[in-house]
Amino acid sequence: MAEKTYKWVGTRQPRPDGADKVTGRARFGADFDMPGQLVGKVLRSPHAHANIRSIDTSKAEALPGVKAVMTSADMPDMPDEMAPAGEVMVNLRDVTRNVMAREKALYDGHAVAAVAATTEAIARQALALIEVDYEVLPHVIDVDQAVAEGAPILHENLRTKNVDGAEDTLTNVAARIQFTKGDMDSGWSQADVVIEHAFTTKPVHQGYIEPHAAVASTTEDGQVQLWCSTQGQFNVRGYCAKLLGMETSQIRVTPSEIGGGFGGKTVVYGEPLAIKLSQKAGKPVKIVMTREEVFRGSGPTAAGAMDVKLGATKDGRIVAADLNIRMQAGAFPGAPVGPACMCSFACYDIDNINVVGFDVVSNRPKVAAYRAPGSPVAAWGVESAINMLAEKLGMDQLELRIKNAAREGTKTHYGPTFKDIGMAATLDAAKNSPHYQTPLKPGQGRGVAVGFWFNIGMDSSAACHVGEDGTVTLISGSPDIGGSRASLALMAAEELGVDYQKIRPIVADTASIGFNFLTGGSRVTFATGMAVVQAVREAIDELRARAAKLWEVDVEAVIWEDGCAKPAGSNVGDFEPLSLAEIAVNAGKTGGPINGHAQLNAQGAGPGFGAQIYDVSVDQDTGHVTVDRCTVVQDVGTAIHPDYVEGQLQGGVVQGIGWALNEEYIYNDKGQLENTGFLDYRMPVASDLPMIEPIIVEVPNPNHPYGVRGVGEVPIVPPMAAIGNAIAGATGIRMTDLPMSPPKLSAAIDAARVSEAADD
Amino acid sequence: MRYVAPSTLEEASAFLVDANGNGRVLAGGTDLLVQLRAGMANPDTIVDVKHIDELMTIKEEADGIRIGAAVCGQAMGEHAGLNNTWPGLVEATELIGSTQVQGRASAGGNLCNASPAADSVPAMIAAGAMISVYGPDGHRELAVENFATAPGKTNLKEGELITSIKLPKPAEHSGDAYLRMTPRTEMDIAIVGLGVALTLDSEGTVTAARVGLGAVAPTAMLVKEAGDALVGSKLDDEALERAAEACRKACNPINDKRGTIEYRTKIAGVLLKRVAKIAAERAGS
Ligand SMILES: Cc1cc2nc3c(=O)[nH]c(=O)nc-3n(C[C@H](O)[C@H](O)[C@H](O)COP(=O)(O)OP(=O)(O)OC[C@H]3O[C@@H](n4cnc5c(N)ncnc54)[C@H](O)[C@@H]3O)c2cc1C
Repeated sequence: MAEKTYKWVGTRQPRPDGADKVTGRARFGADFDMPGQLVGKVLRSPHAHANIRSIDTSKAEALPGVKAVMTSADMPDMPDEMAPAGEVMVNLRDVTRNVMAREKALYDGHAVAAVAATTEAIARQALALIEVDYEVLPHVIDVDQAVAEGAPILHENLRTKNVDGAEDTLTNVAARIQFTKGDMDSGWSQADVVIEHAFTTKPVHQGYIEPHAAVASTTEDGQVQLWCSTQGQFNVRGYCAKLLGMETSQIRVTPSEIGGGFGGKTVVYGEPLAIKLSQKAGKPVKIVMTREEVFRGSGPTAAGAMDVKLGATKDGRIVAADLNIRMQAGAFPGAPVGPACMCSFACYDIDNINVVGFDVVSNRPKVAAYRAPGSPVAAWGVESAINMLAEKLGMDQLELRIKNAAREGTKTHYGPTFKDIGMAATLDAAKNSPHYQTPLKPGQGRGVAVGFWFNIGMDSSAACHVGEDGTVTLISGSPDIGGSRASLALMAAEELGVDYQKIRPIVADTASIGFNFLTGGSRVTFATGMAVVQAVREAIDELRARAAKLWEVDVEAVIWEDGCAKPAGSNVGDFEPLSLAEIAVNAGKTGGPINGHAQLNAQGAGPGFGAQIYDVSVDQDTGHVTVDRCTVVQDVGTAIHPDYVEGQLQGGVVQGIGWALNEEYIYNDKGQLENTGFLDYRMPVASDLPMIEPIIVEVPNPNHPYGVRGVGEVPIVPPMAAIGNAIAGATGIRMTDLPMSPPKLSAAIDAARVSEAADD
Repeated sequence: MRYVAPSTLEEASAFLVDANGNGRVLAGGTDLLVQLRAGMANPDTIVDVKHIDELMTIKEEADGIRIGAAVCGQAMGEHAGLNNTWPGLVEATELIGSTQVQGRASAGGNLCNASPAADSVPAMIAAGAMISVYGPDGHRELAVENFATAPGKTNLKEGELITSIKLPKPAEHSGDAYLRMTPRTEMDIAIVGLGVALTLDSEGTVTAARVGLGAVAPTAMLVKEAGDALVGSKLDDEALERAAEACRKACNPINDKRGTIEYRTKIAGVLLKRVAKIAAERAGS
C-alpha cells in the first residue's frame, strides 16, 4: 500500500549485530567483567508478607572474603510522591522499597539484604549468615481477594485515589479510574441482545532468556560506571541517581546487548545495589540474577479480573459497552490499568462506553511492563465477549468486527479522535487472507480477535558522524531489542543515498549521546528513527555546504541526490557530482569534521491495530490444545525492515500462545512461588507452535518521514482471546479463565458432557 | 569435591565405599549436574562411570538385550536390535529432554534419579526388565518395579551401582508402547507416563500384558490388574475400560504444580487405552 518507492527502506538486509550474535561474540549483561570484581548476591524473603523486626548482618560481615553487606539502611528513604526518574514518573518511596525491603517484606523473593564477596560460594555462605527477624503476616495473592473486606493490608499509608471519602479507609486499592463516552442508559435501551460475562487472566512473566545482570564500578571521587542489560540506560541512570542520592552526571551507564526485555528491563533491581556495594567495598561488584530470582523477584505483567457487558442491535451494531476491571499491581501500586481501560474498546466505534478500572496491590512481585501493558488483559475479556455476541447474533466473528471497526473520525472513549488508522484495512486483509478463506478440517475451531496499542513517541537523540573515508557511524541511545539498529541504518542509508553497509549503527552509553527515553512503547523506529533522519539531514546540509564551498556557489544551489552533491540546475555551473567519500576526504580543508545531531520529542505516534486468526484442535480426552495454523495481520505503517517486523508479529504470537495455554505462577498456601524455572513455568517450545504467517498492512503514519507506526506490542494483544474463541469453536465450550491449560479444559469438557447427558 | 573416572566396577564401588555415603555416580550428568548447580547435591566424590566398558555397551544375548547402565538415549535410539524388539522403550527413552540431552542421558541415570515421572521407567517395567547391580557384596539382580522406594530414593546400598538393564527376548507377536501426557510437546515432565507390553495369539487375543505407570504415585509401578484385564481380550472397549479403571485405581498422586489428583487419575485411564492399542498394533504387524 505504500506509494513511495525506496531503495533501502523495506529491504531485508543483514543486521549489524547478527555476526556477533551467531558467533557468540555479542556481550550480554553477564559478559562484562572488571579486574578485582566481587560477586554480589541478594538475600530474599521466604515470606509473602512479613514485618522485618531487625536484620543482623554482623556474622556475614565477619566472614573472610566478604567485602560489603548492605540493607535498606544504606539507602536514603524517599518521600511518598511521584517524581521524575529518567523521564518516568515514579513513586520513589515504593521504588526504593521494591529494590530492598524496609519495614516489611511484601512478597516471596523480595530483596532484604545484599552482600559482595570474593567468590560466589562465600557470597552464598554470607547470605545464610544474615539473620532476619520476621514477623510473618497473613498474605493475599489473588486480586479479587485483595479487594475483599478483611483482606490483609499491604500498606498502612495507602488510600484509594479518585474516590471520595476514602481518606480514612485502609485498603489495597490504590486507585480507581473511569472513562465514559455517550449515555449508557440510552445504549442499553437500544440493545436487542446483551452479553455479560466475567473473565480472569493470570500474571505472566516476560520470560526473557537473559537474566538481569549488572556490573558497577565506583571510584574514590564518586564517579560510577555501570554496565547492565537494560531497555533504557538513561532510565537506569535516573533511578540509580535518585535512589542513591547522586547526580546523574556521576553515573555513566553502558547498556549491553540485551537477551530480551519485552518491558521487563525498564526498571531497576540489582543495579543500585551493585553501585552501593561497590561504593562500600571500593571494588567493582557484579550482580547476576539466577532464573529463580528472575521469577521470584522481577516483574511479571499484571493480571486482571473483569466483567464485560456488551449490547447490540439485531443487525450487529454494538450500541453499549461496559468494562469493570481489577488489575493486580503486585506489591506496590502501578498496574497498567490506565492502558487496559483505554485500549479495551479502542478497536471499535461504539457510541456508549463505560470503563472502570482499579489498581490493586497484593503479595506478589511488583509488576513491570510487558508488551502493550494492560491491553492484552482487557482484550481477553472484551474479545471473548465480542465472539459470544457474534454467536448470539448468528453473525460471523470477523463480520461483526468489520461492522463495528474504529475508523477515521472515530472518537475514542478516552479522548482522542482517530485519524489515519488501519483497523478496517487490517480486518479486510484478514478476511481476504488465504487462512480465512480456507475451510476448517473436521474437529478444528477457528478464532479471531483484534488488538490495539497507542505506540509512543517521547525523547530521542541521535548523531551521524561522517568518517574521512565516507562511511558513517550512526549513534543512538536506544537499546536494540528487536533489530532497531538495522532499521535506523536503513533510514539513514535512504536519506544519504549510500550503501547500507557503509553505515554502522551503534547504541551509545549515557555519556556519549544525549538523552534517549527507554526502548519501549514501540517507540524506537518511530521516535529515534525521526531523530536519526534529522541528524542525517543535518549532516547532508553540511555536506552540501562543503560542496558549495568547493564550487564557490551558494549552498541553495547544491542538492543531495544518490549519495552525491550535485548542482541544483544547469545554471549553477558545470560541476561533476561530488560523492560523500569525496567530500569527506577533504573535510579538514573545507571546515572540519562533518557530523549531524538531532534531539527531539517525537510527536504523532501512529496507533497500531492488528487482527489474528487461529485454527486449533482439541484433544477431547486430555484437554490438550494444538494450534494448527495462525495468521497475524497488522497495520505497521511502513515496514522499514520486513524481517524484523515479521519477527515482532511472530514473537508476540508465541508469547500470546504461552499466555493463553499454559503460563501461570503457582503459589503454595504460604504464598511462596513454586514454579521458579522454565520446566514448570511453561512457555511454549518450538514444537508447540505452528508456522506463523504474518500479513503486513501498511497505512503510513503521516507524522513520520517514512510512515512508521511501531509494531512490537500490538501482536501480543489478540492471541489469548483468539485462541479462546477457537477453542469455543472446536468444543462449544467458552473458557473464561486463563490459562486454558489441559487440566482446566479437560474438566470443562467433562462438565459439559455431564450436563449434556443430563439434558438428554 | 573429588572427581574420579575408574575403568572397572571394582574400583568404582571402592570409591563409593571410600566416600562414606558422600559419593555420587556420574553417568550422563543431566540430573546430577543440575542438582549440583542448584545446590541440591553436594557430594565429596563424583564417580564418573563412563569409562567402564560394561556400562557403555549394548549387548545382544541369547535370551534378550543387555543395555549398559550409562548408555545414552541417542545410542539406544540408533540400536537396530533394540528398536526391533522394544520400540516402546526406545520411544520412552527418546522422550527424555532434547537432542543435546539425548547425547548424555542414560536409562541407568533415569532409574537412579528415581523421579516418579522418569519416562523410561514405566516402559522398562512393562517390558519386564531386570536390573543388574554390583557392589561390595558382588552382583545381584532385581526387577525394575522393585528398584525405587520413594521419590529420589532407591534400594541401592552403599557402594552399589547399576551395571546394566536386561530386557527379555519378547515372545512372537509382541509389542510395546509408551505415551506420556505433558502440557507442552517437549521439554516437559510427565503428568502421567504409561507403558504397555503385550503379546497376542494368532487370533489377536491378548495372551500376556504388563502395564507400567508413572508420575501418579511416589514411584513408578507395575499395574498387574490392568495387564490382567487385557489378557484374554481382543482389546474390546469393555476390556480397555476395565484396564483403564485398574490404572485409575492404582493412582495415588499428589496435587502439585505439575497436575491435580483428578486430572492425573483421569489421564492414567486415557493413556492406558491409547497405549494398549499402539502396542497391539505393533504386536500384530
Ligand atoms: C533439559 C532436561 C530435560 C529433561 N527431560 C526429561 C524427560 O523428559 N524425562 C525424564 O524422565 N527425564 C528428563 N530429564 C532428567 C534426566 O535427563 C534423566 O533422568 C536422565 O535419564 C538421567 O540420566 P543421566 O545419565 O544424565 O544421569 P545422571 O545425572 O548422571 O545421574 C542421575 C542420578 O543417578 C545416579 N546414577 C547414575 N547412574 C548410576 C548408576 N549406574 N548406578 C547408580 N547410580 C547412578 C546419579 O548419581 C544421580 O543421582 C531431563 C533433564 C534435563 C536437564
